[in-house]
Amino acid sequence: MSDYNFAYLDEQTKRMIRRAILKGLAIPGYQVPFASREMPMPYGWGTGGVQVSAAVLTPEDRFKVIDQGADDTTNAVSIRSFFERTAGVATTTRTHEATVIQTRHRIPEAPLAEGQILVYQVPIPEPLRFLEPRESETRKMHSLEEYGLMHVKLYEDISRHGHIATSYAYPVKVEARYVMDPSPIPKFDNPKLSDCPAIQLFGAGREQRIYALPPFTRVVSLDFEDHPFEPSKADHSCGLCDAADSYLDEVIVDDAGGRMFVCSDTDYCEARQAAGHRGKDAA
Amino acid sequence: MTPLLSVQSITKRYGAHIGCAEVSFDLYPGEVMGIVGESGSGKSTLLNCMAGHLAPDAGTVIFDTRTDGPRDTVTMSEPERRMLGRTDWAFVHQHARDGLRMGVSAGGNVGERLMAVGARHYGDIRDKAVDWLDRVEIAADRVDDRPTTFSGGMQQRLQIARNLVTGPRLVFMDEPTGGLDVSVQARLLDLLRGLVRDMGLSAIIVTHDLAVVRLLADRLMVMKDGHVVESGLTDQVLDDPQHAYTQLLVSSVLQV
Repeated sequence: MSDYNFAYLDEQTKRMIRRAILKGLAIPGYQVPFASREMPMPYGWGTGGVQVSAAVLTPEDRFKVIDQGADDTTNAVSIRSFFERTAGVATTTRTHEATVIQTRHRIPEAPLAEGQILVYQVPIPEPLRFLEPRESETRKMHSLEEYGLMHVKLYEDISRHGHIATSYAYPVKVEARYVMDPSPIPKFDNPKLSDCPAIQLFGAGREQRIYALPPFTRVVSLDFEDHPFEPSKADHSCGLCDAADSYLDEVIVDDAGGRMFVCSDTDYCEARQAAGHRGKDAA
Repeated sequence: MTPLLSVQSITKRYGAHIGCAEVSFDLYPGEVMGIVGESGSGKSTLLNCMAGHLAPDAGTVIFDTRTDGPRDTVTMSEPERRMLGRTDWAFVHQHARDGLRMGVSAGGNVGERLMAVGARHYGDIRDKAVDWLDRVEIAADRVDDRPTTFSGGMQQRLQIARNLVTGPRLVFMDEPTGGLDVSVQARLLDLLRGLVRDMGLSAIIVTHDLAVVRLLADRLMVMKDGHVVESGLTDQVLDDPQHAYTQLLVSSVLQV
């Protein structure tokens, strides 16, 4: 254990963040402003997620961090070791063993359970931001439930590409009230947001916003009647574990056009391989 | 007959300055009212107060809503007022850039109001957008182009299409022909006149161009220093101006 207070932040700060989290849980999808602290990492690396994780962690928790689904990339490794050192909590890579999972850009493939908390790192919490740059105006639009503009974005997609080309950070409507940016998860993951038994917390450090989905919240992806929402993934199965139902990364393996598709969720892939599943590219 | 819009003693002050003071008039369905005056005479302030963009210091603006009959728009709740702004009202800005989303295609611009009132069928929205572009003389193949690629006159026509697509009953126009050259102005006026007549719109047009009101407006108000100094039928006011300022205004028009 180090000389840091448990989980790096001081108790007053954690209290302040917990208050914002509770308010967010009380108003699902509403962006709660909070006094984001400077963290020992650059903005864009998950300062919001780290602060939320620090506020919800207890010494008994088992912590997991994923970055684009993987447990072993720089961002995931750094944040995991950060909390190992400052909080001394146990860590794991197994989804079902973890009690708090901090994630960047993915929702784990394995179904989440009651008692788990999923913490998202959010770069830009405002789904209307690129259409309406004025914060005063977007706040008013949220409070008056004026969401026609969100469909203008989808309209533009269809008029330009023939289909809704937004493939990540796909806007959703929470409990038929707030339109929310689900952070840059692929739209493949959008259906998992809805009716999820785990608590989902979203933290945006630079933008100083926290929002949340309590367990079993109804979350609907926006669409048009004649262009319904479709979760999409690469039309392959995993080269290592042969899973056909998981979200895949495309990996270039040589300079002669060779490529393979592998699960982006490394824990899911390894668990399947351990259970004896073999894909066509498995060594 | 109930007036569509009944304005009573609208006053707006900017500190010690008067924006507009004690303006009252009735606008009946299908009528076009022109407001003229020099720069700084309070025309735009008055228009913004009526359209709900500014809160007047005193007075009432009673609009005959479709569902609830006459309502005071100054005291109604903001969601209701903004809803009116998307459905029964339209606002044409002097600069098309203020009224358009420049980063969104022409079709998206026209469709925005439809989507804002709940349209969720892409095919229908697009058909309507193409239909409206046609009505304002923009070729259907420009529907996916951004307004940044349009000329000033086209942008202004696109702004009009975007505003009229939800079938409003009252249009506020702030210098709709400002900044356009005369031949483009003439075509735009022709178009506006046709649309106003066909759709039976009521309109309030703020301008400093007397030719515009001569062509479009049934009635005219002349403003100076925030006060209405003269009002009446357009031809009457322009041909037989009574107030000294109106006489000056009419005589200042250059004859070619």
